[in-house]
Amino acid sequence: MTSKIKRGVSLYSFQEELFLRQLSVEECVAFAASIGAKGIEVLPEQNMPSFPELGSDDVAWWREMLARHDAHFTCYDMFLDTKVRKDREMSDEEQVASIRRDLELANRLGIRNMRVLVFVRPDILERCVPDAERLDVHMGVEVHAPWHLEHAWILRTIEVADRLGTRHLGILPDMGIFMKHYPPEFRDRFLRQGARPEVAQFIIDSHEQKIMAEYTIYEVAVKMGGNKAEVAMAETLRHAPYANPKRIGDYAPYFRHIQAKFYGMTEDCRDPSIAYDEVIPELVRAGWEGTLSSEYEGNRWIQDAGPVDSREQVRRQHVMFERLIAEAEASH
Amino acid sequence: MFEKYLIVEDSLRNVAGGFEFQARLGYYRGLGLSMVEDLAVAINGAAVPREAIRFNEGKGPLRLAEMETAYDRRWGFGEPATISVDWPEPLAAGAHRLALTERLRVSYMPFPSIRQSETEVCIAG
Repeated sequence: MTSKIKRGVSLYSFQEELFLRQLSVEECVAFAASIGAKGIEVLPEQNMPSFPELGSDDVAWWREMLARHDAHFTCYDMFLDTKVRKDREMSDEEQVASIRRDLELANRLGIRNMRVLVFVRPDILERCVPDAERLDVHMGVEVHAPWHLEHAWILRTIEVADRLGTRHLGILPDMGIFMKHYPPEFRDRFLRQGARPEVAQFIIDSHEQKIMAEYTIYEVAVKMGGNKAEVAMAETLRHAPYANPKRIGDYAPYFRHIQAKFYGMTEDCRDPSIAYDEVIPELVRAGWEGTLSSEYEGNRWIQDAGPVDSREQVRRQHVMFERLIAEAEASH
Repeated sequence: MFEKYLIVEDSLRNVAGGFEFQARLGYYRGLGLSMVEDLAVAINGAAVPREAIRFNEGKGPLRLAEMETAYDRRWGFGEPATISVDWPEPLAAGAHRLALTERLRVSYMPFPSIRQSETEVCIAG
């Protein structure tokens, strides 16, 4: 069976080189297309300097640039600055207006998926559904660690989508929720910051055994007299869940796009941390149709130690995707 | 995040009434200026009073108190902005320790995001 999984890249993956002006957005798109990842996820607040006043010339530039590389947009990553003012939070009306602005920009850019930050309230999104339907943009609430597919907060959005019977509200999983093993990039940075190797190993072993984070934090901070780096490392366990990949099929109808988070690939193109080898077979089994969009986030863990090569990391992840998709299709 | 790159290399210089340098926002997107809660500067270990600092992303200098309500201006992703400091005397030629702390009000975070950077910078003689 040939699956309907498509491959893409979020420009988030190249944040190191984009920030330092070592790559232009067009160079990132050209690279993604060259490895067959033609679906481009964009963060307008990162990649479009004129945001939020996007002119028709800006829109035309993006469309033509993508066409030059035989690429296309997949997803628009929105933000909601509820704390734009120091003296008060945004009112509900202001939040709805901000989301409507993003839905309209997404529509003008020809983008049909919008990544909604996980903290956005379901009742606010409910008020935005008529606009999302009118503009034909799917609002997917980002299921980001430490939330997971069956977290009660996420289920509230699904409940709203079911009640309204809409195809324009759902979720958008970030694969960081499937962190089966502790990332070596995290460990190495805490070692550079002064964590003792035996304490770091204790934390890794605790994660491997899926011990609840609070037990390990107490062990490290109190019983082991952990230093600052060790306590900080233990605290990362709060945000390092391994959700059950077997539940993917139950939720597949609610998502059309995936943020394929990763922190670093080995030279032989394996992810030592996130369980893509379990996730991709479930996506294939579910007959899921959508884009696996690379989200490389390793730069912030290694940039203190040396140069970052986001393109090589993304390339390796796509070698892995091709292998895992082919294997899953063959055995399905 | 991006701590290593907050202070733009070789950007420190003396100007009339003080010194200035270029800095980047330690975040993976641009941010409205009203959400930059504080920019703290220290030179050679001496903290600079908040009132002595001005910020300019290109649309004109603002005191930090004015920045709090600059709702229509943004600090772009990776864009160097000028941070000016009122200082009684010119910095001597040679090496100086320059520290910058950015405190950002990121709406989806329960606490302020704090980015700190300290680096040795030289002023040409």
